[in-house]
Amino acid sequence: MSAVTVTVEKPAARRTSLFLRRPNLVIGGAIIAILVIIAFVSLFWTPMPPGKMQIIHKLKPPLAQGLLGTDHFGRDVLSMLMAGAWNSLSIATVAVAFGASLGTLLGVTAAARRGVFEAVAMRANDVIFAFPPILSAMMLGALLGTGRFTAIIAIAVFMVPVFSRVTVSAASQVWARDYVLAARAAGKGGVLITIEHILPNIANQIIVQVTIQLGLAILTEAGLSFLGLGMAPPAPTWGRMLADAQTYLGTAPWLAILPGLAIALTVFGFNMLGDGLRDLLDPREKGRT
Amino acid sequence: MNRVQSIAGGMIRLATFGVALSAGLLLAGVTVAATKTSLVLGMSVEPQGLDPTVSAPVAIGQVTWQNIFEGLVAIDKDGKIVPQLAKSWEISGDGLIYTFKLQQGVKFHDGEDFDSAVAKFALDRARGPESTNGQKRFFAAIDTIDTPDKQTLVLKLKERNGSLLYWLGWPASVMVGTQSAANDKTTPIGTGPFKFVSWTKGDRVELVANPGYWNTQTKLGLDKVTFRFIADAQAQAAALKSGDVDAFPEFAAPEMMEGFKEDTELVTVIGNTELKVVAGMNNTRKPFDDKRVRQALMMAIDRSTVIDGAWSGFGTAIGSHYTPNDRGYIDLTGTYPYDPEKAKALLAEAGYPNGFTFTIKTPQMPYAPRSAEIMQAMFAEIGVTMTIEPTEFPAKWVQDVFKGTDYDMTIVAHAEPMDIDIYARDPYYFNYKNPAFTDVIKKIELTADTVEQEKLYGEAQKILADDVPALFLFVMPKLGVWNAKLKGLWENEPIPSNVLTDVHWED
Repeated sequence: MSAVTVTVEKPAARRTSLFLRRPNLVIGGAIIAILVIIAFVSLFWTPMPPGKMQIIHKLKPPLAQGLLGTDHFGRDVLSMLMAGAWNSLSIATVAVAFGASLGTLLGVTAAARRGVFEAVAMRANDVIFAFPPILSAMMLGALLGTGRFTAIIAIAVFMVPVFSRVTVSAASQVWARDYVLAARAAGKGGVLITIEHILPNIANQIIVQVTIQLGLAILTEAGLSFLGLGMAPPAPTWGRMLADAQTYLGTAPWLAILPGLAIALTVFGFNMLGDGLRDLLDPREKGRT
Repeated sequence: MNRVQSIAGGMIRLATFGVALSAGLLLAGVTVAATKTSLVLGMSVEPQGLDPTVSAPVAIGQVTWQNIFEGLVAIDKDGKIVPQLAKSWEISGDGLIYTFKLQQGVKFHDGEDFDSAVAKFALDRARGPESTNGQKRFFAAIDTIDTPDKQTLVLKLKERNGSLLYWLGWPASVMVGTQSAANDKTTPIGTGPFKFVSWTKGDRVELVANPGYWNTQTKLGLDKVTFRFIADAQAQAAALKSGDVDAFPEFAAPEMMEGFKEDTELVTVIGNTELKVVAGMNNTRKPFDDKRVRQALMMAIDRSTVIDGAWSGFGTAIGSHYTPNDRGYIDLTGTYPYDPEKAKALLAEAGYPNGFTFTIKTPQMPYAPRSAEIMQAMFAEIGVTMTIEPTEFPAKWVQDVFKGTDYDMTIVAHAEPMDIDIYARDPYYFNYKNPAFTDVIKKIELTADTVEQEKLYGEAQKILADDVPALFLFVMPKLGVWNAKLKGLWENEPIPSNVLTDVHWED
């Protein structure tokens, strides 16, 4: 009796292609799938080693040297973009995983315990939420030194309140349902109810949120690298590629356009995917499309 | 934060525009096409204070030296010592007594008369126990200062010092008033051709011509000067192209110089500087305490590639802490030329056949991280792993590297001319100690004979080139960009400065 939110497909007669029914889902999913594949490929193969400098071949436009040209150190832009995809996606994924787990844990606990715990946890979230991630990254950077770890922590910290807010409101609604009341009446404890009833019912909303937050995490990671707070060189990141390209805008515009496009496309992909998943999974949106 | 700033900036600009417009309307009837007499000069770094005698950063002198403050002597655009507030001087045969005859009728901007008592005050302040002068050692040789009369100043030295007169021309040795000195940091009062008006922190310093300037032979071409502080190269270029700023004597991004060539309103001027980019090592820390390791790292670096990649090919390779403009320069780039194979062999000999790992602390100025990234790739070729750690300049860098000497390697441009003696200083951030070198520097100070001095400078350079206390990379040129109608700015930079005495507009 717990599967209230299971999605029920419309009758077979209305079976049109998934693309027409859920264009967001398909386009977003395709973009992200391609990016993930590229990121994994970059671990084994790139056209050139991504850090390889050939200063005699510097600032060559696309196709003149390599598919996408070279940067101010003569590094192959395509290889750097590929390796950058791995760095961006891995940092964003780990950070969101951390933030989502911690935030969800906090959220369901607050919903289960209510009272003082919820008030304190939620106000603490507000405090964290008030700090821009860039600022917390700068403080963390001063404490721990900059790098992959700092970037992950900085992004994860600011994901926690996002997820705990989503979770606490969704979980509170579920807690008010009759079957939860029944479970409580049967003497089940808060932990058990949360695992058996609350989490399965709010999972969809969390998944949608994860997808959307991934896009935001990518953007934040790029911002941090742009400011020199991300991964240290020589590891290529999209953000630093953009930062390095600034003064070459007039002479070598592709150095700014390409990583900019990569960032925009990735964020766009995650947002589309998130929208599509929401249409598909979120019961509150049912019937709207 | 940025948006707030830009809105505020926009409002200020709007207000300025309004004022300019109404002023323009008022003046339109009177002066139709008079030559421009105001100048907006851009700098990348804003000074932290405006008194060059209390702290070292060169940006202070770049605003104030020769404009607001003057010295007993000055250094001209060819790097020569010329008389200023001292119209003449005599040095006794043993080199121990300097007698200066001072200019008459010199007044500070606040009305105080300049005489020998003021000069004594200024020098005593610079060398006294309370002094925080960045170049305090300049005055260490002075034993006593006498003022037989108002126009005579006598310096008695403890021992000969061949560089004293040159040092007295530096921004750190300028004359300050007895009443105004304490406030010079925020409201500088000097004897110079320009008076301080205002300092809007984070934005600009404004000066006006000093109508009572003592040197009546100087004909100023400007009556109003604004120093603008803009760190970002893109913004610098935009300000130049829009005419908001008339000149950037030290433009920040070499890769953008090409873009100015098409602009007929602007000229680009490549001049000499004393900016030596060196990667200093902590000579007492392992493995850098082994000379062979330092030599191997030097051989791992192809200087021309560094110059090409980091500074768009603008720059001259150096083999020691000395530039081709300095007297007695010898080219020592061949002492440890680029040779990765030999470098590897030498590392193996020093006990590091598989290389080692260390960290470089790089300040944010563009030359530093860029050079570091190239060096990182070059070190990787000989099996050495270098981690780049961005370190904010000046505060954190000064604290960690310069004062704390808590670092393996760093990279920074040394701006002071003829500062090879820093390797003889103890303490200094390289932690480099070589009695033979210290001895040569001592000899230079004790010699007045310039030929002998040059020979000794040659020796000093050779010792450094062989010992490699720092990786000597290149001298940065002065990348000047300014309005084509603007004349009189220094093309070269024998000492970091923006001397405006001869600057004027041409129709």
